[in-house]
Amino acid sequence: MSNNNNYWKANIALIVKCLSIWFIVSYLFGIVFVDVLNTIRIGGYKLGFWFAQQGSIYTFVILIFYYAKSMGKIDKEFNVHEK
Amino acid sequence: MDLQALTFLFVGVTFAIYIGIAFWARAGSTHEFYVAGGGIHPIANGMATAADWMSAASFISMAGLIAFYGYGGSVFLMGWTGGYVLLAMLLAPYLRKHGSFTVPEFISDRYYSKTARVVAVICLIIASVTYVIGQMKGIGVAFSRFLEVPYEVGLVTGMFIVAFYAVMGGMKGITYTQIAQYVIMIFAYTIPAVFISLHLTGNPIPQLGLGSTMADGTYLLDKLDQVVTQLGFAEYTTQARLSTTNMFVYTMSLMIGTAGLPHVIMRFFTVSSVKAARESAGWALLFIAILYTTAPAVAAMARLNLMQTVDQPNAEQNLAYADRPSWFKNWETTGLLKFEDKNNDGLISYTGDKATNEMVKVDRDIMVLANPEIAGLPNWVIAIVAAGGLAAALSTAAGLLLAIASSISHDLLKGVWKPNISEKEELNYSRISMIGAVLIAGYYGFNPPDFAAGTVALAFGLAASSIFPALMMGIFSKKMNKEGAIAGMLSGIGVTLLYVFQHKGIMFVESTSFLGDMDPNWFLGIEPNAFGAIGALVNFAVAFIVMSRTAKVPTEVEQMVENIRVPASN
Repeated sequence: MSNNNNYWKANIALIVKCLSIWFIVSYLFGIVFVDVLNTIRIGGYKLGFWFAQQGSIYTFVILIFYYAKSMGKIDKEFNVHEK
Repeated sequence: MDLQALTFLFVGVTFAIYIGIAFWARAGSTHEFYVAGGGIHPIANGMATAADWMSAASFISMAGLIAFYGYGGSVFLMGWTGGYVLLAMLLAPYLRKHGSFTVPEFISDRYYSKTARVVAVICLIIASVTYVIGQMKGIGVAFSRFLEVPYEVGLVTGMFIVAFYAVMGGMKGITYTQIAQYVIMIFAYTIPAVFISLHLTGNPIPQLGLGSTMADGTYLLDKLDQVVTQLGFAEYTTQARLSTTNMFVYTMSLMIGTAGLPHVIMRFFTVSSVKAARESAGWALLFIAILYTTAPAVAAMARLNLMQTVDQPNAEQNLAYADRPSWFKNWETTGLLKFEDKNNDGLISYTGDKATNEMVKVDRDIMVLANPEIAGLPNWVIAIVAAGGLAAALSTAAGLLLAIASSISHDLLKGVWKPNISEKEELNYSRISMIGAVLIAGYYGFNPPDFAAGTVALAFGLAASSIFPALMMGIFSKKMNKEGAIAGMLSGIGVTLLYVFQHKGIMFVESTSFLGDMDPNWFLGIEPNAFGAIGALVNFAVAFIVMSRTAKVPTEVEQMVENIRVPASN
């Protein structure tokens, strides 16, 4: 049973890591600190505005694939993968 | 060929394709259907989920709202995509492992209680019906324009077609139709965006065009900021939606709502494995992101084109009402666009000042459909947008109606009240509830509580405050018991409904708003559409308090939770 517990801990640690990034790009960059970031520009975009309307969405897509891939490895490491 | 004939042609051909695919796939796959009980490839499932998910709110309404809310519209963009991250990490893999067929079924297993199942069904129905009301608004707008009739006539036509389509859809239940719908939707959305981006900035990729310069060397977004502020509107790129707090809570509400909507969650029951469920969420979001990252470009460019068509730098050269283009006249017919010559000069003055603004009604939901016409794109582009918008609205409305019907006939009647009901009776009840839902949603469509995307946001709030916390606690807390979960769901959705009804009237009937003359958005300045996140907090808090004072979870349920947390025991 402790193997399963450790597996679950590894999963939670990965989730915390991913959701921190999720929170930072959308809630912090896109909303809370948007005015500060808007002083920086990339092309015609103000950076805060870019995160709110573009950057956060790209990050979300990458995050899910990263999570799926990492979990695949963790599944094998703890020998709980599907066959 | 004129626009109306072309539109009929495109809509007709796409419908024929859907029905054809449904028929072809059904004939070939009956045994597959029974044997596999899943086994749909993650990419195919992702594409179908994207089609199921992107409704009239995403397709017809969202960019229109962003066009007028500017930066404030970002809540829809982040909220309706970020929820998939939660879904992929917090719910989908574990629900797939458990392997139930409906969301209330999982809740009834995990919380060892039929009462919990009934409560879940009620929450699900409230959220889904609200969602369908939003679709009806979008469908009404689309049909009124293409049949060139008033909005109300378009709405009734749409109701009939949705009811018919839902019955057809009930027989298909096939992923391939949705894949075709996705392809048509995404083409219909991106083609005009590419044309307009190319025309305005010379860059064919709308996501890049939005950050590029225009022919005169100024950045498009700077130009837009300049044009709207000159006319007395708020600056496009910085205009917040009410307040930072409100935007934060609104985004959160849409994200948790996404992860709590039963028709989305159900999609992950059809994949072959836990691993596939995680990947499938990624593919779904990738396909959704193609539309969602294009939408901000569509919004900004539509706003700029609209402003520059009507208003000129020198107000005396504004567009004369007598010279108004045909799209203007057509939208006037629907009643969704209204002009009032306040200063009797025969010119149209569109400003941010209520006293002098003469465009007295510009319904936000018309922007995406009107956009290609305003930009002067060829008729076939306009016709394909129509077909795409209808595909989006009809597929989601039909999917939701099926979810409502199955939860009434399968979860409530067969699962709880009348276990001995025959299959034929079950089917009849599901048809009756489907028609009931269309009628209720159509009734509210005459007087919708908000724009299509706003109404849909309300539905997300209701799902966020009830279903998501119950599911998440069911997986991440072994100790959560049935008393806690039931009390949590009821108080979460209760608080949210109370706040919404206090603003918008009981059952959305205006003039019945109660609690006296309280300030609008009286709780921390949060608007009712955004309140689901607060409802979810209440849900979690109440659940844990009640749990600490009631009986412990049975050991076999704890074991069940341990079991759904691991993909396989080797």
